[in-house]
Amino acid sequence: MFLLLFLLIPILAAIALLFIKKEQYVNAVAIAAGLFTLLAAVNIIMNKTVSFDATWLPVLNSRFVLQADGVAKILILLTAISFPAIFIATGKNQTHQKNIFLALMLLTQAGLMGVFLAGDALLFYFFWELALIPVYFLCSIWGGEKRIAVTFKFFIYTFLGSLFMLIGIILLYTNTLDHSFAIESLKHANVTPGQSASAFALFFIAFAIKMPIFPLHTWQPDAYEQSPTAVTMVLSAVMVKMGLYGIIRWLMPLFPDAFLAHANIVVILSVIGILYASFIAIRQDDLKRLIAYSSIAHIGLMSAALFTNIQIGVQGALVQLFSHGINVLGLWIIADIIEQQTGTRSMKALGGLAKKQPTLAILLVGFSFANIALPLTNAFVGEFLMFNSLFQFNPYIAAAAGVSVILAAVYTLNMVQKVAYGEISSAVNNMQAVNKNAQAVLIVLIVVVFFTGVYPQPLFDLTADTLKQLFVK
Amino acid sequence: MKIIIAFIILWPFAGFLFNGLGRNFWSKKTIAYKATGYIVASFVFSILAFLHVQTNGAATVHYFDFINTTTLKIPFEFKVDALSSLFLLVITGVGSLIHLYSTAYMKDEDAPHYARYFAYLNLFIFSMLLLVLGNNYVIMFIGWEGVGLCSYLLIGYWFTNATYNYAAKKAFIMNRIGDLGFLLAIFWIIFKLGTVSYDSVLTAQSLAKLSSTDITAITLLLFVGAMGKSAQIPLFTWLPDAMAGPTPVSALIHAATMVTAGIYMITRSNILFSASEITQNVVAIIGISTALLAATIAIKQNDIKKVLAYSTVSQLGYMFLGLGVGAYSGAVFHVITHAFFKALLFLGAGSVIHAMHHEQDIRKMGGLKSKLPITHITFLIGCIAIAGVPPFSGFFSKDEILAAAFAKNPIYWALGVLGAAMTAFYMFRLYATTFLGQFRGTHDQEHHLHESPFAMTLPLILLAVASAIAGAIGVPELMGGHHWLSQQLIPILGEAKEVHLSHETEWILMGISVSIAVVALLIAVSVYRKKADAAPQTTLGNFLYNKWYIDELYENAIVNPLNKFAGFLKHVIEKNIIDGAVNGTGKLVQYSARQIRLIQSGQVGTYILFMVLSIILMFLFWFNDLSILTFLFKLTHKS
Repeated sequence: MFLLLFLLIPILAAIALLFIKKEQYVNAVAIAAGLFTLLAAVNIIMNKTVSFDATWLPVLNSRFVLQADGVAKILILLTAISFPAIFIATGKNQTHQKNIFLALMLLTQAGLMGVFLAGDALLFYFFWELALIPVYFLCSIWGGEKRIAVTFKFFIYTFLGSLFMLIGIILLYTNTLDHSFAIESLKHANVTPGQSASAFALFFIAFAIKMPIFPLHTWQPDAYEQSPTAVTMVLSAVMVKMGLYGIIRWLMPLFPDAFLAHANIVVILSVIGILYASFIAIRQDDLKRLIAYSSIAHIGLMSAALFTNIQIGVQGALVQLFSHGINVLGLWIIADIIEQQTGTRSMKALGGLAKKQPTLAILLVGFSFANIALPLTNAFVGEFLMFNSLFQFNPYIAAAAGVSVILAAVYTLNMVQKVAYGEISSAVNNMQAVNKNAQAVLIVLIVVVFFTGVYPQPLFDLTADTLKQLFVK
Repeated sequence: MKIIIAFIILWPFAGFLFNGLGRNFWSKKTIAYKATGYIVASFVFSILAFLHVQTNGAATVHYFDFINTTTLKIPFEFKVDALSSLFLLVITGVGSLIHLYSTAYMKDEDAPHYARYFAYLNLFIFSMLLLVLGNNYVIMFIGWEGVGLCSYLLIGYWFTNATYNYAAKKAFIMNRIGDLGFLLAIFWIIFKLGTVSYDSVLTAQSLAKLSSTDITAITLLLFVGAMGKSAQIPLFTWLPDAMAGPTPVSALIHAATMVTAGIYMITRSNILFSASEITQNVVAIIGISTALLAATIAIKQNDIKKVLAYSTVSQLGYMFLGLGVGAYSGAVFHVITHAFFKALLFLGAGSVIHAMHHEQDIRKMGGLKSKLPITHITFLIGCIAIAGVPPFSGFFSKDEILAAAFAKNPIYWALGVLGAAMTAFYMFRLYATTFLGQFRGTHDQEHHLHESPFAMTLPLILLAVASAIAGAIGVPELMGGHHWLSQQLIPILGEAKEVHLSHETEWILMGISVSIAVVALLIAVSVYRKKADAAPQTTLGNFLYNKWYIDELYENAIVNPLNKFAGFLKHVIEKNIIDGAVNGTGKLVQYSARQIRLIQSGQVGTYILFMVLSIILMFLFWFNDLSILTFLFKLTHKS
C-alpha cells in the first residue's frame, strides 16, 4: 500500500492545483507535495523491499504491481529529491498559469515514479507514456522560441520508441504460458531465439532513444535548450534515467542471450557517443547545449558499462544513476539563475561571475568538478567502477572512452573560465543578489555531492539486491 | 597511530574549511595565524609519526571502506613507513615555511581573497598528504587529482587575468592526460590482481601472477601519469606556464612538493618498475632528455621565475634518470634536497619580485646584492646547492644519481654531467644578472628597493641552512658516511644493489663533474657580472629563447586540428548528417502522408503508423525472421 503514496501524493496535489489560483499558495502546494514524497522515499529506503499488487485489467490479465528493489529505490530517491529541489530553486521564476505548469510537473513525477515501480510490463508502458505526455504540454506551451518544432520532434521520436516497446511487450505477452505481463512470466515466454531478438530490439530502441544512445540523440540538445529550465531539469536529471532503468529492469533479465549477443555493438556505439558528444561540447557557446552534450557523454558511459554485463560496471552505473542526476541538477539550477538574471546563455557574453557573485561561482566550480568526476566527488566512484568494467570488456575500448576524461576537463574548464573568471561582463553586471532558496538548494546538493563522494557505501548497499538478482543465478 | 595520522591529515583540512567557509568573516590576522598554525600543527604530528616509524617500524591504519562491493574492495587506509614519513616531513615542513612566507607576501590582498588563497594552500597540503599516505593506488589517485585541482585553483588565483586562467586550464588538462595513464594502470592492476593495496600488489606473489607484458604496460602507464604530474617530455609545458600563480605557490607546489609526486609514485612501485627493463630504459631516457631540454631553454630565459621553472623541469629529469637506472634512494634524496634549495630559490625570487614591485625580468634588475642582503646570501646558497658544489646538499644527491647512471651506461653519465654544467651556468647567469653589477631598473624602483620583512626572510634563512647541510643525510660510504637515507629506505627498496664502481672511479667521476660545474659557474659569473643578456641574435639563441617552439608545435599539430575536428562534428556531422537524416525521415513521411491523403485523412497518427511499418520492414531484413509478421497477422485477426 505504501508504494501507492508515490503516485497518489503527486496526482492529488496536481488535481488540487487546478483549483488554486493564488500564486503564493500554488508553489507552496507543489513544494509540500514534493517534500512529502521525499519523506516517503526516505522511508522505503530505510525499509526492506516492499511491493503492492492489485487487480487492474483483468481482461488482459495485467495486474497493478508495484515493487521497489535497489535500482527502483535509488531512482525513486533521485526523483523525490529532484522535484522539490526544482520547485524550490525555480519557484521565483515568472511563469504564466503557474498552477497548470506545476500540476503537469507533478503528473510527470507520478509517471516517473510509476515507471520505476511498475512490476507489470503493461503498467510500465502505461506509466512510460504518462511521464511523456505532460512533458509534451510543458515544452510546447512554456518552451522557448522554437518550441513547437522541437517539441514535435522530441515527442514523435520518443513516442515512436515507446510504440516499438509496446509491440515488443505484446510480442512476448502473446507467447507467455499464462498470458500475463508479469516480469517472471515474460522471462519464461515461449519464444524462438529470433523472436526474442526482435523483442529485444524493439525494447532496446525505446530505451536507446530515451537515454539517448548515439546516433539517436539529436532530439535531446534541442529539447533541453527549448524547454523551460524546470522541465529541462526533469528531463536530464531523471527522465533520461528511464532508458537506463529499462535496460536494468527489463532488457537484462528478459533477454540475457540477445543482450550478450548485442553487447559489442552497443558498447561501441555508446563509446562513439561519449567521444562524439564530448567533442561537440567543446565547441558549444550556449550554456544549456553544453550541459546537454556533456550529459549525453555521461549517459553514454553508463549505457556502455551496463552492456559490458560485468558486475563491477553495473554496480558503477547503479550508483551513477543517482550521482549524475544530482550533478546535472546542480548545473542546471546555476545555468537557470544565470539565464534568468543576465538574460543570456551565451558564454561569450558572460564572465566575471566570481567577482560579482562569489558564492554562486564557488558552487559552479564545485559542480563542474563533480561533472568531470574529480575524486571525492560523487561521480568519481561510479565512473571509476564503470571504466573498470569497460577495461575488462576490452582495454582498447576503455582507453578510447578514457579520452573523454580529458575532453570533459577541456569543455568544463572552458565553461568555468568563460562564465566565472575574467573581468565582470556587462551581462553579469546586471545580476542581483541570488535568490536564497535556490542557493540553499544548491548547498544541499553540493553537500550530497561530497558526502556520497567520500562515503559512497550507502549507495552500494542500497543497490546490492538488484546486483545480486542480475548476477547471482 | 590512528589518531596521529588523522591529525596530520585533518589539520590542513580544518584550515581549508575554516578559511574557505569563513572567508568573509575573519580578519587577515586570524586567517594567517590559523592557516599557518594548522600546517605547523600537522608538521608537529608528522614528526611524531616519523619518530614512531623510527622506533616501531611501519604502520597501517584503516578508517573506513571507500568502496566495498562484492567484486572490489578499496579501503580508506593509510600507511606510514620510512618513505611516506620522510615525505610527510618535507611536505609539512617546507609547507609551514611557505605558509609563513605567504602571510607577508600576500598581504596586499583583500581579506576574502587572502582567505581563499590560504584555503587553497591548506587544501593542497591535505591532498598531498593523502597522496603520500594512501595505502593503495586509489587513495594515491585521490590525492593525485586533488593536488591537480589545487594547482589549477592557485595558478588561476588572480582569476580576472585571462592569461593566468589559460595557464591554469592548461596545467589541469595536461595533468589529466597523465591521469588517464595512471587510471588505465589502476584498471589493469585491478583486472589482473583484483586489488589495489600496496600490501598485496607490491609483492613477489603478485609479480609472479603478472606476465612481463602486464608489468611493462602497467609501469609504462603509471609513468605516463608521472610524466603529467612531474612535467616530463612530452607533458612538461604546463609547468613553466604555471608560474602565473603567486610565487610562494610556485615554490611549494610547482617546485618542492607536487611535482615530485611522480617520483614518489615510482619509488613506491619500485618492485614493479625494477621488473621491467623496457620501462626502466624509457624512464631513464625520458628523464635525461627532459633534463637536457629544459636546461637548454633555461639558459636563454629572462623571467626570473621562468628560469627557475625550467630548472625544476630539468632537476625532475635528473630524478627520473635516477629512477630509470635503479637509484631509487638517490632520486628520493634529490627530491628532498631539491625541495629545500628550489623552495629557497623560488622564495628568494619572490623576495626580489616583492622588492621590485612585481618586476620579473632579470634584465631590469642587477646590483641587488647590497639592497637585499639576506635574500642575496640565501639565494647564493641555493645556487651553489643546485649547481652541485660540495659540500652543499645538491652535490650529494646529484652525485649519487650520476654515479648510478655511470654504472648503468656511461652515456647517461656524460649527458648528466653536461646537464649539470648547464645547470651551474644558467643558475649563476641568473644570480649574476640579478644580484651583481649595476641596477638597471627605473629610478622609482631603485628608490623603493627594500629587504623583505622577517616573515619572509626567516623561511629563507631556514631553507638556506637546510640546503647547505641536508647532504648529511646521504653521505656516501666513499666519504666515510653511512648514508642514513638509503639505510632508512631498505624496507621499501630492499638491500641496495646499486653502484658497483671502484672507489677510484667514483672519485674520478665526482672530480670531473664538480670541476666542470665550477668552471661553468665561473664563466657565467664573469660574463653576466657586468651586463645582462641582450636579445638573442643567433638562430640557436632564438630557438632556445622560444623554448624549441614546442608550445607552437602542440598548438598547431594537436590542439588546432582537434578543435577543427570538433567543429566538423558539430557543424557537419551533427547538424547535416545525423539530424538531417532524422528531419529528412520526418519530411519524407510528411510527404508520403500528403500523397496518401488522396485516399486517407493525413493525420499525425497515419504517419506514425507508416513509420512503424517501415521500421518493421527494416527489422524483417535485419533479423531475417518472419515471426514478427505472423505475430502481427495474428494480432490483426484477433481484433
